[in-house]
Amino acid sequence: MAEAKLERAQPRAQVGLRLDPRDAELLDRVGDRLGTALPVAPGAVTRFAGGRVLWLGPDELLVRHENSGGSDLVATLEGAVGEGFGTVVDLSANRVVLAVEGTDAAAVLATAIGVDLHPRGFPDGHVVQTLLARAQVILERDGDRFLVYVRPSFASYVEAWLQDAIDAPAG
Amino acid sequence: MSFRLDHGGSFIDRSRPISFTFDGVRRSGFHGDTLASALLGEGVGTFATSLYRGRPRGPIAAGREEAAAFVGVAGAGIDAPTMAPGLVPLAEDLVAEGHGGRGRLRAVAESRRDHAHRHCDVLVIGGGAAGLAAAEAASSDGARVILVEAQEQLGGWLLDQVGPVVGLDGATAEAWTREIEARLAARPEVMILKRATALGLYDQGFAVVAQSRRLWHLRARRVLLATGATERPIAFAGNDRPGVMLAGSALRFLRRWGVAVGRRVVVFTADDGAYAVAAAMAEAGIEVAAIVDPRPGPGQGAAALAARHGIEVLHKRAVAAVDGETGVEAVRIVPSGGAAGREELRLEADALLVSGGWNPAADLITHTGSLLRWDEEALAYLPPARSDDRVTTPVGACAGPDDPAAVGPRAAIWSVPPPAGRDEDECFVDLQRDVTLADLRRAVEAGLRSPEHVKRYTTLGTGGDQGRTANALALGILAEMLDTSPEEMRPTSARPPAVPAPFELLAGRNRGSLHDPIRTTPIHDRHLAAGAVFEDVGQWKRPLCYQRPGEDIEAATRRECVAVRTAVGLMDVSTLGKIDVHGPDAAEFLDRMYTGVFSSLAVGACKYGILCHADGMVFDDGVLARLAADRYLVSTTTSNAAAVLEWFEEWLQTEWPHLRVHCTSVTEQWAGVALAGPRSRAVLARLAPDVALDDEAFPFMTVRDTVVAGLPARLSRVSFSGELAFEIHVAGTDGTRLWDEAMAAGASQDIAPYGTEAMHVLRAEKGFFIVGQETDGSVTPQDLGYGWAVSKDKSDFIGARSHRREAIVSPDRRQLVALLPETRVVEGAQVALPGGADERSIGHVTSSYESATLGRPFALAMVRRGRERIGGTLRVTHGDGWVDAVVAEPVLYDPDGARRDG
Repeated sequence: MAEAKLERAQPRAQVGLRLDPRDAELLDRVGDRLGTALPVAPGAVTRFAGGRVLWLGPDELLVRHENSGGSDLVATLEGAVGEGFGTVVDLSANRVVLAVEGTDAAAVLATAIGVDLHPRGFPDGHVVQTLLARAQVILERDGDRFLVYVRPSFASYVEAWLQDAIDAPAG
Repeated sequence: MSFRLDHGGSFIDRSRPISFTFDGVRRSGFHGDTLASALLGEGVGTFATSLYRGRPRGPIAAGREEAAAFVGVAGAGIDAPTMAPGLVPLAEDLVAEGHGGRGRLRAVAESRRDHAHRHCDVLVIGGGAAGLAAAEAASSDGARVILVEAQEQLGGWLLDQVGPVVGLDGATAEAWTREIEARLAARPEVMILKRATALGLYDQGFAVVAQSRRLWHLRARRVLLATGATERPIAFAGNDRPGVMLAGSALRFLRRWGVAVGRRVVVFTADDGAYAVAAAMAEAGIEVAAIVDPRPGPGQGAAALAARHGIEVLHKRAVAAVDGETGVEAVRIVPSGGAAGREELRLEADALLVSGGWNPAADLITHTGSLLRWDEEALAYLPPARSDDRVTTPVGACAGPDDPAAVGPRAAIWSVPPPAGRDEDECFVDLQRDVTLADLRRAVEAGLRSPEHVKRYTTLGTGGDQGRTANALALGILAEMLDTSPEEMRPTSARPPAVPAPFELLAGRNRGSLHDPIRTTPIHDRHLAAGAVFEDVGQWKRPLCYQRPGEDIEAATRRECVAVRTAVGLMDVSTLGKIDVHGPDAAEFLDRMYTGVFSSLAVGACKYGILCHADGMVFDDGVLARLAADRYLVSTTTSNAAAVLEWFEEWLQTEWPHLRVHCTSVTEQWAGVALAGPRSRAVLARLAPDVALDDEAFPFMTVRDTVVAGLPARLSRVSFSGELAFEIHVAGTDGTRLWDEAMAAGASQDIAPYGTEAMHVLRAEKGFFIVGQETDGSVTPQDLGYGWAVSKDKSDFIGARSHRREAIVSPDRRQLVALLPETRVVEGAQVALPGGADERSIGHVTSSYESATLGRPFALAMVRRGRERIGGTLRVTHGDGWVDAVVAEPVLYDPDGARRDG
């Protein structure tokens, strides 16, 4: 048995946010509404009360919130975007979020993930899109646990893989 | 007779005997032995027989340089059809057998192997003196270092040294190694992988390393190759006899396992290093009959060493042959230089230790494409100082000899002509492949000059060891035969895996249910409960039909079709791809992508669309809904969901980056069901009592956001069956609830869940094509009779230009028609003209079903000039013969669309 635990950790809301990173005024406006600067560095995560903004690509962010529902968060963000060119899409049901924690969490994930999971290469508050075995995932380090965002149709495959890696590490 | 000495053997624990079985005989060794050391200790000289010649073979090496004797191993946690005996750790109840030519694959019990990914600053491959020093230095400032060592013990050649070693500041090898290992172990960012072998080295510092139960994928900024050097054999008559061994390996058996490879040995060397081996043998009480050295004389140190141990040195001599059938009985020695009528000396001995010099074990660097080159001073093929990708640096003996001058005068000796009565076909170059001097001579006489060609002609170097010891030897011999320099011989490249690896290690956890993702919809549990038979659509499991007791698939499908045509059916359509297309240029973008016009679509309306590739052929199709002036919801086929999004992104990012459009996959945000059949409106009325559903308020091909079954929902009127139908989409997490509510609301209307097979029949009755079934990448919308979905007014769209090409508008193309055979034909059946002798195909069947609605079998087919043939009769292949079929319009059911509005 590896020293790791796998559980679901679904936030109430996940909302996709597409913004032109060159439109500083729009970024500021949306960030002000959320109460945080939007992440602009690759893999960065910024935090605000009850939520976080994950950098997924140069013009692609994912906003998650623990308390408000998807449609409320969409309304907030659309209000902030206003007449600017930005896309807000409710993705609350589009991905399941799994949490992996424990001493061996990184080793369990590294049975299937090729990116560097060492704290030097993947520090707290960092996010990356990658493959977990043959499933596309978003991976976020959240304190001493890892969050794996995966499409619901792949969730049972990913959970089975990680549970197998926890239960039966190679001798 | 035991060849285990009563002293020495740093690896073995004589207090822990181990019993094992080899070739059916119970034998014993010690904890710490390898199979090779235990068998040699027991006096077993012959381990196996050779592949083609059936000659007896014993080990020529103590480890992975083995080229002669291979074994199959089972039990004690190992299950391998082919292993070098020196790499098999001895364990209680190990069962092994020598290869009778080749290995045997056994059915093995399932065992779990794993993969693991790690990154580091410096990867050091090889844990000998150079590797340890490199790892120590690299990690001293906290860098992440991974050290890979093939053995359980670190130290490499140091493990064969006793007393203080030159270059280690007066320390003994053991003390120095222990000190370095302790330092490395104390550094948290150092990882040492023991019993680990690099299978492959790839560009930019990616290495794949195998342990028995885990495959490591290592990514490093820098790679230091400290894999040492491989001793070269020499080709002479009988050099494959058990008892002929590389000198360094004989020393290893002595030092590590206390095993004498013979009682009276001859050493044949052109290298001072083997003098130390002779001295060590003498010190251990083994008689050294002579050192045979083709050089005029060794270096001073080597000469003194031989003198001190009273070992006779035969200068300017070479071993021409070994006598003995199953082992070494005597060694025949001739003057070197190979003059005819040579005087000959015959020395009785039971082992012959050979050293033809050393070659860097640099095969891994050639994996990355870097080449080895002959170095006249080192008399070896050396790797470059740095790999072509500038990441990998050979260090230590892998880079070449430190200082050629320090190891005495050097001479390269490759082969010795056989004496009278012996033949070149017993002078072995590649023992694993049974390739001899005679084979190489035949290749050269056939006109081959390139080592690559000779390799293919003779199979030299194509064994599991990839010619680790044979390659350099063969190059030297070829240079001599071709009367050129070894510099002209370009070494062949090694390839991964550097050593054989079991498939189950490569497979790792990717087996059984983890082999490939199985994707299921949010409603999957309900399908299971309803007795669904599933079909694979890409990685998805979709219900094919729902079997009731006593039904087969045909009966269930027939019942489901009837339900949709006469009552109401419910289908899970969650797998269909869904893309949110948003932005001020969304309409312009879709007009360019699709063959139809979408910019004029009213908000709240839906329209069918076809995507073509630039060649004008159908790529995908689906219904597009305009949700707002600047927002569309695009649906795709299940299989192409990801491909369509990539296609959109490719055009947006590479061709039209100025278009302000964002595409977002929302396939799994939504769970969807289709409610189809004349009673669908009645069922929906119960689910959504506040929504006006009559044809005027909610016409065909419209969409609205509303509430269904108490859930926020997107409701649309689309139909793939020709019947009155609705699609309901809710958040994926509400999918099960929507299904349950719909089934409950439809109970009084005889609602039946239906699967993909019924859906296929229903759509085929209406002449609707399916991408990938009627189309195969060579079919245009016009071929399918879907010219109405291609705009004549738009200036351009992807595929438009191809649609104007002469060959594409030709009436000779295959066109979609329906066929009405008297019996059901198979999909893929060929279509030909009726009667007569002309059996050439003019088309093929793309779909074929039994229709409950039509009361007959029918098919869809792509037929050359098909539309012209409507009303006529054609032949379709059927079993061994033919069946006639009437050609019909593809829409066989309700051609006027009267049923669409209920």
